[in-house]
Order: sequence, then C-alpha cells, then structure tokens
Amino acid sequence: MSAEVADNGGPLVEIRGVTKHYRRGGERIEVLHGIDLDIPRGDFVALMGPSGSGKTTLLNLIGGLDSPTTGTITVDGARIDQLASGDLARWRAANVGFVFQFYNLLPVLSAQRNVELPLLLTDLSAGERRRRAAIALALVGLEDRARHKPRELSGGQEQRVAIARAIVTDPVLLVCDEPTGDLDRVTADEVLGLLQMLNREHGTTVVMVTHDPKAADHARRQLHLDKGTLAA
Amino acid sequence: MRFVPLILAGLFRKKTRTLLTLASVMVAFMLFGLLQAVTAAFESGADAADAKRLLTTARYSIIELLPLSYRARIETVPGVVGVAHAEWFGARYQNESNAFPVFVVDPARYLDMYREFDITPEQRAAFERTRTGAVAGRRLVDRYGWRLGQKLPIASEIHPKADGDMNWEFDLVGILDADDPAVRGNTDMVLINVALFDETRQFGKGRTGWYIIRIADSSQAKTISAAVDRLFANSPDETKTQPEKEFAVGFAKQIGDIGALISRILAAVFFTILILTGNTMAQSIRERIPELAILKTLGFSDARVTALVLGEAGLLLLLGGGAGMGAALAMLPGLNQTTGGRFPPLYVTESTWMIAVLIAVALGLAVGLPPAWRAHRLRIVDALAGHR
Repeated sequence: MSAEVADNGGPLVEIRGVTKHYRRGGERIEVLHGIDLDIPRGDFVALMGPSGSGKTTLLNLIGGLDSPTTGTITVDGARIDQLASGDLARWRAANVGFVFQFYNLLPVLSAQRNVELPLLLTDLSAGERRRRAAIALALVGLEDRARHKPRELSGGQEQRVAIARAIVTDPVLLVCDEPTGDLDRVTADEVLGLLQMLNREHGTTVVMVTHDPKAADHARRQLHLDKGTLAA
Repeated sequence: MRFVPLILAGLFRKKTRTLLTLASVMVAFMLFGLLQAVTAAFESGADAADAKRLLTTARYSIIELLPLSYRARIETVPGVVGVAHAEWFGARYQNESNAFPVFVVDPARYLDMYREFDITPEQRAAFERTRTGAVAGRRLVDRYGWRLGQKLPIASEIHPKADGDMNWEFDLVGILDADDPAVRGNTDMVLINVALFDETRQFGKGRTGWYIIRIADSSQAKTISAAVDRLFANSPDETKTQPEKEFAVGFAKQIGDIGALISRILAAVFFTILILTGNTMAQSIRERIPELAILKTLGFSDARVTALVLGEAGLLLLLGGGAGMGAALAMLPGLNQTTGGRFPPLYVTESTWMIAVLIAVALGLAVGLPPAWRAHRLRIVDALAGHR
C-alpha cells in the first residue's frame, strides 16, 4: 500500500513569520529570519543547508523542543508556539517522534525498554506497552534484539531502535536530525529506506535535516536554508 | 510504579559506585540503629518510670538512710495511695565483676508499687512469707544459671551481719520478668526480704534507703512532693521528693549525657553521608544530562524529570537506610548475648524507626534537590547541543 501526500484539510505544519534569536555571552545571534513554510500531511521533507544555516533550529521549533522569538507555528491545528513548557511536553509526547544523529538511547535500558519509554507517559497497561513496543521493534526488523542493551547493537541497529521509539506512539510527525550522519553508506540507505517505508506505507509525515544530498534524495522534496532564510 | 524500573536503571547505572554508596549509607544507619539502642537502654529507667510514682530520698545525699517510721507519716499526705521502701545492699556475687543491684524491700509493698514486673502469685506469696527470701530478674537467673529454691550466697560491701560477717545467704523463691524491653531492663536485680535483713544487720536498724510513693493524680506530683518534704523539714533527716522520671534521668546523667554524646556522633556520621551521597548524586546526574534531555524530548515534563531524580536520591537513602536498620536489628540479639545481661537489653524502639525514616527522607531531599533542580532547569536544545 502506498500513501500519497494528503492535501485535504490544510497543511500539517504551518509556519508563519518565524524568527529565532539567541543570546549567548551577551551577544545576540539571529538564527532564523521570517520563515514561512507549509508541510502537508504525509510529506517527507529534507531540510538542507550549510552549517549554521538554522536547519536544526527550525527542526527544533517544528518538533516543539524550542519556541520561536516571533511568528506562529501550527501543527495539526495546534498553535504550539503559545504552549507553556508542561503543555508543550505533553504535546510532544502525543504528536512527535524524534530521531537523532547519535541515536540517544538510554544505555541502561534494553531495546524493548527504550522503545517503551514514550509509552510510560500514557495510560496503557504494562502488557499493552510491551506489546506495542514489540510491534514497533518488529516493524524496524529488530524483534530478535529486544533484550539487547544499546552497547550490544551496531550503529544501524541502534538507529532502528531509535526509529521504533519514535513511532511507537504513532505520532503525526517524525522529526529526524541527521539520522544517517553517524552511519556508513549501506546502513544509511537501510535507515533511509525505513523512513521512506514509514512515509509511504503508513503516511507518517517526516521532516529530516541532512547535509547529505544522497540522503535528501530519499525525501519527496528538498528545502534549502541559507543564513536563516528559506531559499526559493 | 511504572517509573520505578526507570529510577532503578538510573540508580544502578554504575553499579559499583551505587553499591559503595549504598554500603556507606547502610553503615551509617546501622550505627544509628545500634547507638539509638544504647541510648534507649540508658533511658529505659526513665522511659519505664511511672508518672504516678514519687521517690523520697535523704535531702543531701542519696546514700544517707531515712527512718522506717517515715512510711506511716507519708501515708497521711493527701493524694498518697501507697508507700514502699527500698535500700541498697551493695552486692558482690562470687567475684567483684559479678556486680548487680540488690535491693532490700518489703515484698508486698514493693511488688504492689511496681506492678509492671511479672511474677507468679505463688512465687510472690513465697517471697512475702520467706524471711530469707529473694527474687531475681529473669536475665540474671539465666546468666548465672540459678534455679528456684537454691541458696543465693551474696556478699555485701556495705552491710555486715551482727557478727561482722559480710556474707549473706538468701533463698531464691521467685523470678521477675516483663514483656516490655524497657521494663525488662529494670528487672536486672535481686530483691531481698527486709524482715530477716533488718533483724540481722549490724547497723542502720529501723532505717531504709528511700521511699517510693504512689499518688492518685500525676498532675499533683509537685504539690505532693512538697507536702512530703514539708513533713520532715527541720528534722535531722530532711527529705527530697521528686517524680520517679526526674530521679531516673538525673541518675542516668551522673554517668554522662549519653544521649547528647550519641547525638553528636550521629550528626557527624550523617553529615559525612550527606556530603558523600550528595557528591555521588551530583556526579551521576552530571553524567546523564543528555539522557535527561532525551526524556524531556520524549515528553517527560520538567516536573516529572525532577521527580525521577528525587526518586533516585530517595530510593538510595531508603534502600541504604532500610538495610542499615535491618543489619542493626539482626545484630542486637548477638550483642545482648555478648553482654550476658550486664547491660540493659538493647532494642530498636518504634520512635527509632520513625526517626530513621525521617532522616532518610530528609537526607534524600537534601541530596536530591540540587541535581533535581538542575534537571528541572535543563533546556533540551542546549543539552542536546552539548551546552550544559
């Protein structure tokens, strides 16, 4: 089964006039300048650009990890730029899955427990949490590695566990920051294929930051940021 | 409960470090349990004191004797419902290291006064009618292997018999015991019948060491004490009357303020634990800043991450504290065996358990709050970017 980019009911992510300034050591750093962006439901977007162009900052804003200095961000109908810290945490738990370059698994927990982590914030029973984590691990092809700790897995396997953790709550949005930056080409292609599969077969909207043009080729479309501005 | 595995995983992330810290907390609480048991043993006299009992001694020295005739006069004081008397015998059994308290008493009056001591009616009756009778505490009987009906040869360092001989002999006719450990400590003594003793002793006939007075209303203790002392004011044998608890506390303090000494030792121990555990927790959290940032990324709120860190600190202290108190509890029977009854029974009181829990919670908060606050303030983007 293949899902097309849905165009009904407006974009999943709607960004209007977003700016982001930081203050570091008394110095004001302007990272994003008046970003306007729509990401339709079911899209797979690759955000590209040179270092310091604001890719990760924009990704953090879309994922609700940070708030814009000005402008509005609406995801699935919710104005997340106005949410307080606690509400934003709850929103992330329910709506967003995260995948990072260095996997960021908890080393003391097994793959199964790592995948279960986001489900701890739900009302699901322990049995149901285990069942859903097992399904997510099966989806990324790691059902036989459930009891393994991260240090017992290869880089590619770790990233697949991280993807399982990201999708276990069935989020509307998958946010990936350089997901293949620490992997060799073959493993990177496997991981990107997995993201493509989630996008095409399950309709998961994916926003991915990458430096790698080959990785970006797996996305439906590519956006380029330069000095905090989206290139036309 | 769903977060407990996560707390445990964080706590035992570095097993050796956590186990060593747990061991130090355990030793601290074990010391606490044992030293509090010593304090409880020293204070057992005061704890077992009855608010309705007063003690009357000679005004200027506890070793001066008072006339036995005072008993009838004390009984006339309003509010007094019973009077008993006792005298220090100054005993030595077999050799000088076998010293234990021996009191010369009127059996019926004394046992009526101390109803918390258990003795069978038959043994009590035997003690009352046997002029050479003696009763002994259960732990003394066990320590020396005495048997009912046997002769007890006890030398006195104070009281010679009329012929100058310091060696006395009594018949063991009863055993005193008590369920309450605080009271049981007070049964580590031998009581001897005053009847034959007073006839036979060389000096001090018709006199006794102190009076024990039972009153009807404990709130009248001060008034009745003053009334008793007024009876004998300006006589050759003036008296000092005070509640039994006051007397017991004053007597214990003659040895030294054990409670204060132990409190200071424990304060030093727990301060060390505070520094040690606090450092361990701070280090543990510092190492896990990226992991805490990931939890926040996944949707764990600031408050929940704070609670997880506090939970780790609390669990560390409660596990260590519980193990320490358990170890103390396990060691006490052996220690009591070792002292052979020469020391009041050591035991962990309910209040010691409550204080232990309070200390563990307080230390958990003191140790956990700084890293928890740091975790609370942690900004995800900074932590993920490596800025802490």
